Amino acid sequence: MSPVKRQRLMLVGFLVLGVSAAAALIFQAFQQNMMFFFSTSEVAEGLAPIDRDFRVGGVVVENSVSRASDSLKVVFDITDLKTPIQVEYTGILPDLFREGQGIVAKGQLNAQGVFVASEVLAKHDENYMPPEVAATLHKPPAAAY
Amino acid sequence: MHPVLKWFYQWAVPHFVYPRIQTGLPWVALLASSLLVIGLVWGLVFAPADYQQGDAFRIIYVHVPAAWLSMLVYMAMTMMAISVLVWRIQVAELALIASAPIGAAFTLMALFTGAIWGKPMWGAWWVWDARLTSELILLFIYLGIFALYHAIEDKRQAAKAASLMTLVGVVNIPIIHYSVIWWNTLHQPPSLSKLDTPSIHPDMLWPLLITLLAFKLMYLWMLMLRLRTELLLRYPQSAWVQAIVQAMVQAQIQPTKDKSKDNAR
Repeated sequence: MSPVKRQRLMLVGFLVLGVSAAAALIFQAFQQNMMFFFSTSEVAEGLAPIDRDFRVGGVVVENSVSRASDSLKVVFDITDLKTPIQVEYTGILPDLFREGQGIVAKGQLNAQGVFVASEVLAKHDENYMPPEVAATLHKPPAAAY
Repeated sequence: MHPVLKWFYQWAVPHFVYPRIQTGLPWVALLASSLLVIGLVWGLVFAPADYQQGDAFRIIYVHVPAAWLSMLVYMAMTMMAISVLVWRIQVAELALIASAPIGAAFTLMALFTGAIWGKPMWGAWWVWDARLTSELILLFIYLGIFALYHAIEDKRQAAKAASLMTLVGVVNIPIIHYSVIWWNTLHQPPSLSKLDTPSIHPDMLWPLLITLLAFKLMYLWMLMLRLRTELLLRYPQSAWVQAIVQAMVQAQIQPTKDKSKDNAR
């Protein structure tokens, strides 16, 4: 490789390196804002903002979902498998919402420490399988209860 | 010169590349379209439905290959940009600019199919999480590269500027890929890149792997089509383009001559 080309290649390398370093610094500064949601433990530790809307994510706790008989109000617990918090929501839930499903709720904590959600999104996991396979996978733990 | 290096260098010669595109094009087209039909029919009709999402999961057979290609095309463009900036290879300039709209189309396809799937599954068409936002930025980068190239009159200068922008934008690619791992996102983590413990059942995985390959060949196909045109447009005065144009004109005249002969008879 001729010296000129080697120099150009080095310049290209420095350019990519410089831009990457700049991007890394920016994301370091905005770390908190890059998170789409807080975990329930972070909310319990008081890391989430109090005066404005934020999102909290977690798994819907088994047997915690209770629906009001006269409205669309739903109350359930979500947890990151360490600390559960109670969520209250009025509205239509997404198709994937059910016990054991990961969800992301947007809203605020009220004075009682209950999370009042204005929006509930279901978080899908990365697993894909036919129903028969899912049935054989999920049976053993269900039988153990 | 080393024979391998020599083999590489000849791909920088326009009149070496053009006839090889002409020869390869029908084969790539045939392979890409047949794999696409096989993969899509298998995936959309014969693959089993998902235990949670039912038939809605089938959008994976378009969404995942499109999203994958949106990044792969960009990586290919990065290689071309380096060839342009370091070695000043003109064929790479043309291939770079031929790739940009293809990449933009794949990105748009990934965003669009993702939104269609997101509404019933998540409950929202769009959320500003790290994965979705970085993919949207990728679309803007593609459009920016294309616009920058066409905004500059001198095409050698334009290609240099577009290559620089490609290199600056490449920082977004690892961000897209790792966004679901580095940050909390609504988008699920990758199912495919951990092949040791696949998160997707083999019956569903096979058609996906076929559509992935089909989309890659589709990129190659479209790149060949666009590069062919770019080559002819870049070297209108050269002897080899003149010869091709002559041959095309001859082919246009020949049938009419035959017809007039038929009429005379």
